[in-house]
Amino acid sequence: MTEILPTLWFVAIGALWVGFLLLEGFDFGVGMHLLFSTRTPAERRLMLNTIGPVWDGNEVWLITAGAATFAAFPFWYASLFSALYLPLVFVLLGLIFRAVAIEYRGKGHTERWVRGWDRAIGLGSLVAAFGVGAALGLTTTGLPLDANGDRVGGAFAWFNGWAVLGGLAVVGFCLVHGAAFLALKTEGPVRERARRFVVRWAVPALAPLVVWVLAVQFDGGKLWTLLPLGVAVVALVAGWLGARAGREGRAFAGIATFLVAGALTLFGSVYPTVLPSTLDPAFDLTVFNASSGGYTLGVMSVVALIGLPLVLAYQAWTYWVFRKRLHADQIPGAHAVLPAVLQRKLAQAEK
Amino acid sequence: MDPVEIARWQFGITTVYHFWMVPLTLGLGPVVAFMQTMWVRTGHERWLRMTKFWGKLYLINFILGVATGLVQEFQFGMAWSEYSRFVGDVFGAPLAMEGLLAFFFESTFLGLWIFGWNRLPKKLHLATLWIAVAGSVVSAYFIIVANSWMQHPVGVELVDGRPVMTDIWAVLTNNTALAAFSHAIFGALGVGGGFLLGIAWYQLWQRRRDGIDTVDAARRVVVGENRAIPGRDRADHDVWIRSLRVGALVAVVAFGGVAVTGDVQGKLMFDQQPMKMAAAEGACESGTSFSVLSVGELGSGECEDIEGIIEIPGMLSFLAHSDFDTEIQGIKDLEPMYQELYGETLPVDPKYGEYSGAPIDYVPNLEITYWGFRLMIGFGGLAAFAAAVALWLTRRGTVPESAWIMRLAVLGILAPFAANSAGWIFTEMGRQPFVVAPNPNPSGTDGVFMFTAAAVSPGVSWGELLFSVICLTAVYAALLVVEVLLLVKYVRGGIASAMPELAHGDDDDTPSDEPGGDDRRSDVLAFAY
Repeated sequence: MTEILPTLWFVAIGALWVGFLLLEGFDFGVGMHLLFSTRTPAERRLMLNTIGPVWDGNEVWLITAGAATFAAFPFWYASLFSALYLPLVFVLLGLIFRAVAIEYRGKGHTERWVRGWDRAIGLGSLVAAFGVGAALGLTTTGLPLDANGDRVGGAFAWFNGWAVLGGLAVVGFCLVHGAAFLALKTEGPVRERARRFVVRWAVPALAPLVVWVLAVQFDGGKLWTLLPLGVAVVALVAGWLGARAGREGRAFAGIATFLVAGALTLFGSVYPTVLPSTLDPAFDLTVFNASSGGYTLGVMSVVALIGLPLVLAYQAWTYWVFRKRLHADQIPGAHAVLPAVLQRKLAQAEK
Repeated sequence: MDPVEIARWQFGITTVYHFWMVPLTLGLGPVVAFMQTMWVRTGHERWLRMTKFWGKLYLINFILGVATGLVQEFQFGMAWSEYSRFVGDVFGAPLAMEGLLAFFFESTFLGLWIFGWNRLPKKLHLATLWIAVAGSVVSAYFIIVANSWMQHPVGVELVDGRPVMTDIWAVLTNNTALAAFSHAIFGALGVGGGFLLGIAWYQLWQRRRDGIDTVDAARRVVVGENRAIPGRDRADHDVWIRSLRVGALVAVVAFGGVAVTGDVQGKLMFDQQPMKMAAAEGACESGTSFSVLSVGELGSGECEDIEGIIEIPGMLSFLAHSDFDTEIQGIKDLEPMYQELYGETLPVDPKYGEYSGAPIDYVPNLEITYWGFRLMIGFGGLAAFAAAVALWLTRRGTVPESAWIMRLAVLGILAPFAANSAGWIFTEMGRQPFVVAPNPNPSGTDGVFMFTAAAVSPGVSWGELLFSVICLTAVYAALLVVEVLLLVKYVRGGIASAMPELAHGDDDDTPSDEPGGDDRRSDVLAFAY
C-alpha cells in the first residue's frame, strides 16, 4: 500500500493542476479578453461579472496545488520553485494585481480608475498564465539541476524554447477557454463575439499546447498515453464544431475535455519523473526520490479523501447557484460614494 | 550582499505586511457574521446596515490578505528551498490541509456571500458568511500549527538527519500551537474591536458636529436626523452607537483573552526556548526579577552594556512558573549550554554558504526582542484601557464633542495592529539563529533543529532576491496606500456608501453613469464588481 502512495499523490497533484487550469483558466481568459475584446465599459463589466462569484475560489486550486506539492513531494517543490525564482515572482505580482484589481475597480468612479484596474486584471492574468505555463512546460522537459536539486547557471538558466512554448500554450488555452466560458455565460453581443472568437482562433491559439503535448508524447510517451491523446484531438474537433454550430455548452465541454485529456497525456508520459535534470539523468527527481514518507502521504491521503469531494461538491453548487446567463441590463448602475460631510455642505449651500 | 539577510528581509516584510490584513479579517469577520445573524433573527434595519457597512470594509481589506498570502505560500520553495527540503515531510502537511480544509471554504463561500444577497434564501446566505469566517479561523489554526512546529518541533523522528513525521496528532495538538493560535485569535479580535470603535466614534462625532445629535440637560443623547444627507436618519445613530459599544466590548474581552493565552504561551516559551525569553528580558544574569526598564546598548548584544533600571522582584519567576522564587536562567548561563548542545561554530559545509564554519551567536537581537516584547504588551494594554474608557464615555448614548478625543479614538485603531506586529517580530526574531528552534527540554523532539543560515535556496542569487524584495515591497506599499484611501473614502461616506438604496432614497434623479442602470429589471444583481 505504502509503495503506491507516491504514485497516487502524483495523480492527485496532476488533478489539482488540471482543476486549476480548467477553472482559473477561464478566469485568466476572461481577464485577458478585457484588454481587447470590447471597447465599451458596460460590456467589460458584464464580462468581469461572469467570473465575479467564483474566481477567488478557483485561485485556491493553485495555492492547494503548490501546498500539496510541498507536502507530498518537498524535493520537487523546493527545486522547481527555487529554480524558477524570477518567473514565479512575476506570477505572484500578476496574481496580486489581478486580485486587488477585481475587488477595487468598482470602488472608484473616474474613467481612469476603472480602466486602469481593468488593464491590471488583463495584464495580471496574462503574466500569471504565461508564468504558470512556463513552469509547467519546464516541469515536463527539465531544468539544469545539480545533484542536490539546485539550479546551475544563474538567474536565467531556466529560459529556453520549452518555457516559451509552455507559456504560450497556457495563454492560448486560457484565451479560447475564457471565450467559450463567456459564450456560455452571457447574452447579447458579448456572447456572439466570444463564440466567433472560439471558431476563428481555437486552432492557432491551441496549437502551442498541441505541439507541447505531442513533443512530450514523442519524447517519453507510453503506449497508453496515445489513448488520451486521441481523445484530446476528438474533443477539440467536437468543441470547435460545437462553437461553429452555436452550441456553446458543447464547445465548452469539448475544450475542457481537450485540456483534461491533454494533461493526462503530459503527466502520463513523464511519469515517474516529476522534474528531469538536463545535466544528468541521475539527478532527475522522480515520484519515488522526491516524495515524503509513507506516514505523511497516508495522512495527506485521508485529508484529501475528505477534503477534495467536499470542495468539488460545494464549488459545483456555487456554479449551480450562479448558473444563469448574465445580460447587460442585470448589472446595477455604479453608485458614487460621497462623503456624508460634503453632502451636508451642499445641502446648506442650496438653502 | 548576503542572500540570507535579503531573504530574511523579504520574509519579514511579507509576513508583517500580511499580518496587517489578516488580523482585521479574523477580527472583523465574526463581528459582521454576528451582525447579520442579528438581522436575520430580529429583522431590524440597523443590523442590516451594520452588516452592509462593516462587510464592505471587511472585503476591501480581505483581498489584500489573500494577495499577500500567495507570496507566503510560494516563498518557502522560492527563497528557502533547503528549508523546504529539510522540513517538507512535516511542514507541508498543515499548509496543504489549510488549502484543502480551510482556504477553499473561505474563498468559495465568501464569493457566495458577496453575490448571494437577494439570491440565496436569507438563512442560507447567512450560513455562507459563517462558513467563510470559520474557514478563515481554521486557516489561521493550520498556519500557526506550521509556525509552531518551527518553535517547538514535535511528532517527528530523525531519519538520516531529516525529520520524518510519525505523529500528525502531536503536530496538530502541539501545545505551542494551541497557545499561539488562541493568542493570535484574541489579538485579531482586539484589532477588529478597535477598528469598530474608532470608526463608529468618528461617525457619532460627525453627527454631533453637524448638529444632528445633541445632548439634553442630563447629558443624555437627543437623537435627530438630517434628510438632506443620505443615511443620516435616526436609525443611523443606532447603527454607530451599537457598533461602538460592540467594538469596545470585543476589544476589552479580547485583551483579557490575550493576557491569559499570552501567559500560557510565555510559560511554554520559558520552558521550550529559554534563550528567547532571556533575550526578551534583556536578562544577562539568572534571577527572579522582571525588568520594567533596562538601558544600555541592547543593540550591541553585549551583556556588559546592559543595566537594569527598574525591576520588579519575583515577577519574572511569577510569569514563568507562577511562583516568586524560582530562578530563571539568564543569557550568560544559557549561552554555554547552547554551545555545548549545538556547537560553537557552524559546520564546515557548502550549504552554509559564507557562514560555513562561522562562530554561532546564540543570543537573538536583544534590542528587538526586548522592545518587541514590551511594545506588544504596551500597545495591547493601551488599546484595552482606551476601549474601557470609551465604554464609560459613551454610556449616555453618544460621544463627547471634543475633536481631540475623536482623533485619539481614530488613531487608537492602530494600537492593536502595532501590538500584533510587535508580538510576531519578537517571536520570530527571538527564534534566531535558528529557523527550526531546538528545544533543550525533552518535550520537543531531540536534535531536530536547523540554522537559518542553512535554509536559503543555494541556487538563487542575491540579485534575484534583491529584485524580488524591491518589487514586492514597492507593490505592498502602493497597495497599502490604495487600501487605506478606499477605507477612508467608504468610512467618510457613511452607511450610504455601502447601501446605494439609501443614497437614492427620496430623490430619484440621482445620476446613474451606467447605461441601463435606470430601467431596473427584476433580476438585477444586488452586487456587481
